[in-house]
Amino acid sequence: MAEHTREPLIRVRKKDEPALLQKAAVILAAVFCALLVSALFIYFVTKLDPVSVYTSMIKGAFGTSRRAWITIRDTCLLLLISVSLAPAFRMRFWNCGAEGQILIGGLTTAAFMIYWGNKVPTAVLLLLMAAVSALAGALWSYLPAAFKAKYDTNETLFTLMMNYVAIQFVEFFVDFWDKKRSHSVGVINMNSQGGWFPQVGGLQYGLNVLIVIIVTVFIYVYMKYSKHGYEGAVVGESVATAKYAGINVPKVIRKNVLLSGAIAGLAGFVEVAGISHTISKETAGGRGFTAIIVCWLAKFNPLAMVIISAFIVFLSKGASQISSDFGLNEYASNIITGIILFFILSAEFFNSYSISFGHAGKEEPEA
Amino acid sequence: MNEIAISMRGINKRFGKKVIANKDVDLDIYHGEILSLLGENGSGKTTLMNMLSGVYYPDSGEILVDGKPVTITSPKDAYDLGIGMIHQHFKLIDIFTALENILIGLPKENTEKKCRQEVGDICQRYGFDMDLDKKVYDMTVSEKETLEIVKTLYRGAKILILDEPTAVLTPQEITRLFTILRNMRDDGKAIVIITHKLNEVMEISDRITVLRKGENIGTVMKTETDEQKLTEMMVGEKITLDIARDFVENKAKRLEVKHLTVENSDGKKVVDDVTFDLYSGEILGIAGISGSGQKELLEAIMGLQKCDPGSSVIYNSTAHGVHELVGLSTRQIIQYGLHLAFVPEDRLGMGLVGNMGMTDNVMLKRYRKGKGPFLHRRQPEATAMKIKDELEVVTPALDYPVRRLSGGNVQKILVGREINNKPTVLMTAYAVRGLDINTSYAIYNLLNEQKKKGVAVIYVGEDLDVLLALCDRIMVLCSGRMNGMLDGRTAEKEEVGYLMTHLKEEA
Repeated sequence: MAEHTREPLIRVRKKDEPALLQKAAVILAAVFCALLVSALFIYFVTKLDPVSVYTSMIKGAFGTSRRAWITIRDTCLLLLISVSLAPAFRMRFWNCGAEGQILIGGLTTAAFMIYWGNKVPTAVLLLLMAAVSALAGALWSYLPAAFKAKYDTNETLFTLMMNYVAIQFVEFFVDFWDKKRSHSVGVINMNSQGGWFPQVGGLQYGLNVLIVIIVTVFIYVYMKYSKHGYEGAVVGESVATAKYAGINVPKVIRKNVLLSGAIAGLAGFVEVAGISHTISKETAGGRGFTAIIVCWLAKFNPLAMVIISAFIVFLSKGASQISSDFGLNEYASNIITGIILFFILSAEFFNSYSISFGHAGKEEPEA
Repeated sequence: MNEIAISMRGINKRFGKKVIANKDVDLDIYHGEILSLLGENGSGKTTLMNMLSGVYYPDSGEILVDGKPVTITSPKDAYDLGIGMIHQHFKLIDIFTALENILIGLPKENTEKKCRQEVGDICQRYGFDMDLDKKVYDMTVSEKETLEIVKTLYRGAKILILDEPTAVLTPQEITRLFTILRNMRDDGKAIVIITHKLNEVMEISDRITVLRKGENIGTVMKTETDEQKLTEMMVGEKITLDIARDFVENKAKRLEVKHLTVENSDGKKVVDDVTFDLYSGEILGIAGISGSGQKELLEAIMGLQKCDPGSSVIYNSTAHGVHELVGLSTRQIIQYGLHLAFVPEDRLGMGLVGNMGMTDNVMLKRYRKGKGPFLHRRQPEATAMKIKDELEVVTPALDYPVRRLSGGNVQKILVGREINNKPTVLMTAYAVRGLDINTSYAIYNLLNEQKKKGVAVIYVGEDLDVLLALCDRIMVLCSGRMNGMLDGRTAEKEEVGYLMTHLKEEA
């Protein structure tokens, strides 16, 4: 019976929801620990001075006004894509197809720039492109939504596969438009800048920021205060409850996923007309997947996504800066980013559970 | 006195900071004895036993088995010590046979042949009746329970813990189970029954330990106590066990259900040609073993189930006129303003949205009201406040997620919302399941109030004593068919139990 006299080593208990301040403190502590562990990694593995590495990260993201603007620009784009996922995710419709929806939105935008870029006044063209790219993104999301609503198919696989279809479409059109056989369309309307975002308030990326702010606030209000948003929340919680309340579940699924796809399509428009002015299969660049992390960390709250997408973009800018400053390869800086994200995700665990070690007879530790 | 099988000393268990599940509990369990662990819902009975079966680990305290201190950190530890627990929700694999369920997870020495023989011995010794090759999904609840017990015995349990074993059984099945339990006791096994049904406690147990709010209130011999004394120990104060039942004059027909038939997705008739009338000012009880079509019947009336052709439900209200409900969707019923209220069995899975607060839950059926694309929360908020005050709902705030509230508060919110809309017909399914005595009585009173106001009430229940005390008429469902309509004032419990299990031949 000797083996029965052992104690469990670690005991994990669910604890009460902590206060906001306490939560923030745990997250801050996590960031601090992450910086500490990364410092050890930097010092012992790369033999560099951790402080100068961290300084270089900050410089990479905010060092010059141009760098700061690029950080803001990329934050806006990631935020827009994350926000696009919110209406679908809150309904437990795991839209992994933002990548494809962005590509299709971007592709439509590129087509308009190529064919009408120099014929239609910019303001009209921009409105047209915004509308059509949103429509294209929505259409791309419609197929998985309709199948989910009607046959309850698995939306994760369906949306994911739609991404590959979108990539093929883009590849085809890149080849089709490619006059110089360079396997790229190059910068569209390089000289005329037809269909490019104009400066707003003297700021190069002013229009990007403006669009993203409007959409983020719109989705926040939609989810919190509108009847349609309420329906989506009920469906996400329990389909049985939704039916009990007389909600037409398939219709709500289609409506919210269409909205999600439309915003992702709009993000493609912002990327092509407002940032890169070109289209390739790299246009989405994995942001559709990064946005899933942002959306989850923010618990589907569009306002929380602002901070989280800014943080993630900061990390990636910082990481590429240190790799160039210190001649580290990308992997080393990715490890640092990974350590920081890992600690922040663990903070979530410490906010929900309390842990104690050792003896059963001890007093209950403070949660 | 028999030998002590298990001693628990100073057991404490907390969940989070606020919830104290067990506080300094001492408990002795003897071989050759049936001990009842009695207490209201949430009094910590199941938590205490889960610490013996390896599901939980105590924060502090000591457990001795046969006099030796032990540490139980997993169900396997518990089995090695001869402790087996039969949980309220069975842990069986549906697509496996009884034999496969018994053998799963056991070492290879346990061959099929050996198992068949030993299970045969066990069945003979204690009076079980079991078909080892039957698949679990073909079994009745009672057969599943038998399988769970046999499985535990086959694994060598000397101490058996049963969590609410009678909750879903018919009176006849309960009698059979009790015979078996007595046989096992006489064979020297230690048996613990977790329950809150007093009459069963008095029938089966040798000793009774009462828990209240996580503490051991006391242990008594059955021969030295009675139901009244036990109730006092359980609830801490004297309460009357009577439920009021007034007679309301001038009844008017509110629902006329004719040949209602509902098929499930397999084409099986889950509600089969049910015909009855429902009147204002009465409580119509619906009795039946769980899964006899009660759920589908109520959902069909609410437009949540597709009815077969020939079904008809006429809704007749002074205020809204006459409507055929079959063919209407739930949305149409709500839109036409028909005052049908429905308290479903699955409160958080169907009646409420767990992550939303009271206000958002109160507006669940009426969120479309008001102009424009935005929600109008002011009116629902006032209603939520009213329900909170009138029904004494304990919640930190109106936007506090209801899933974090206790079961009683959740049910008060649900019932409060449904009666707030001044229903003509109020349908409730298992309205007091899982609630403590005080909340249960609060619910009975609410239903009686509605009845006096002239509402036609349907009460689907499982506790026959309550059905017989509360309802004016009792309809018995058996395998989806209406197997009898009895007068609640004169019906006998045995009669209802018989009708629940024995389908009448076609007339």
